[in-house]
Amino acid sequence: MTIRHTNALKSVVSLFFAVIWAFPVIWMILSSFKPGSELFSYPLHLFPQDWTLANFEKSLGSFDFMRYTMNSLFVTVVASIFTVLFSCMCGFALAKYRYRFLSVFFMALLSTTMLPTEIIMSPSFTVINVLGLYNSLWGCILPAIGSMTGIFLMRQFFVSVPDDFLEAARIDGASEGKIFIRIMFPICASQVAILSIFSFRWRWNDYIWPLISLYSKEKYTLQMALRSISASDSVSLDWGLLLATSVLTMLPILVIFVIFNKKIMSSSMSSGIKG
Amino acid sequence: MRKRKTDRYFKWALLFCTPNIILFVIFFLIPAVIGVWFSFTNYNGLNRLDFIGLDNYTRIFSDSEYFSVLLNTIKFTIVNVPVGYIVALGLALILCNDKIRGNSITRILIYWPTLLSSIMVGVTWKWLFSESFGFVNYFLIVAGLEPVKWFSNPVSAFITTIVATAWSGCGVNMLIFIGALKQIPVDQYEAARIDGASPWQQFRVITLPALKPVSYMVILLSIVNSFKVFAMPLTLTNGGPGTATTYMIQYIYQTGFERLNVGYSSAASMIMFVLLMIVSFVQTRLNAKSERE
Repeated sequence: MTIRHTNALKSVVSLFFAVIWAFPVIWMILSSFKPGSELFSYPLHLFPQDWTLANFEKSLGSFDFMRYTMNSLFVTVVASIFTVLFSCMCGFALAKYRYRFLSVFFMALLSTTMLPTEIIMSPSFTVINVLGLYNSLWGCILPAIGSMTGIFLMRQFFVSVPDDFLEAARIDGASEGKIFIRIMFPICASQVAILSIFSFRWRWNDYIWPLISLYSKEKYTLQMALRSISASDSVSLDWGLLLATSVLTMLPILVIFVIFNKKIMSSSMSSGIKG
Repeated sequence: MRKRKTDRYFKWALLFCTPNIILFVIFFLIPAVIGVWFSFTNYNGLNRLDFIGLDNYTRIFSDSEYFSVLLNTIKFTIVNVPVGYIVALGLALILCNDKIRGNSITRILIYWPTLLSSIMVGVTWKWLFSESFGFVNYFLIVAGLEPVKWFSNPVSAFITTIVATAWSGCGVNMLIFIGALKQIPVDQYEAARIDGASPWQQFRVITLPALKPVSYMVILLSIVNSFKVFAMPLTLTNGGPGTATTYMIQYIYQTGFERLNVGYSSAASMIMFVLLMIVSFVQTRLNAKSERE
């Protein structure tokens, strides 16, 4: 077998896995355009025989989709702005100053990996409740702002920035705050972009904090809404609505991924950030 | 003079960290401490809050429901971690060569599901495995096999959670492995080939040892992720049939929030935390040992 043949064979193997991994989502998307009569009758067809937008109309119309989208968007945007800003500040401090409290705090941050919020849901709820954040969107914004991954990403970047930069600016008489705003924040633009993308995804997809802090339906985020549709028993489960709402919910993430896939994947490769 | 200068920087350093320190204390440290305290009380989320010592812990160790959930979680971890590792490494080996046409697009398609929310992953696979008119069952029928009642049988329901996790999680690990594979000098393989080493021998002697450091990281992270799996199986199987696919976080949630047994659920949380500490301790020791060798 020549090398060309082997390479062609390898391409076929590669294609095989591509199809397997892409299929579940494609199947969900195509199903969302099928009328109920096609969803629940054999034989199944890959493409809808009779394309319909009825499921989407239901999702956008009778189901309070727009409200949930606005809630999700508010939580995602506000939390991401603070995450990026605070992570940048903290990462800078951890990388560029030498104080005992900084190394202690860094160790403390690393320990958060071992005790995920999932495990301490009840006491987290108590804290949310005492702070008066229960059933408020701020209840899923504030706790989610602190990001170990974000701080770590920024710290790694600032460690690679030469100290001479800082010293030169100090000699020129710039205050630390000015140095951060004028010099340090602009040069980490690429990290800011990456963290914004990741933070958007984390918050958009978050289920834990909304579950802990939101109670009434009009405060629900999209993930909570999806969960509430899918939680009905198998007889009354409205698959058309669930599929269409799922597709709409993943749309923003899909758009971001199509635009930034190189950036997302290369930073995921180098830092092991879970997307 | 020098002292005053340092002090001025100290103020700035503290200022830069203040937001994150406050967030850390309020949303991590305090809940963690309260959690320990709750676990020694009979707190019901409303009015009762008495110190009852180790009662929760003695009760939990003789609670068969707790143990079956713990066993489910351990079973899930023991199957999920190697499956995830092998799938991710296998895909990395197949897809690491940039010269093969199609590899880069396949990598993108494999990475994509890692960006979906756990709920969405659950919905996707619930739809594929659906017992009435699901694609997987249709495929089995077309292939001349019997359809399977996926969610009615404990073993098949367990399999659906493993498949969904492998599908949605391996993209990141695959990329980490590809990154590490590209660091291995090509001449090592050439030398091995000249010595007549088979592809399997090359893999065992060159590739696997070179991947050791990232393997430790990947395995530790997937153990932690297996322990905290929650929304995906909740959506996919709803923990069923019965409690066959109820994992620890779902149990902690239901005990604390639905049955309002906050003290008891906090005890379960603390045991989970200790287990995670043990895992990470063992991992670190193994890692340090392998680096010395």
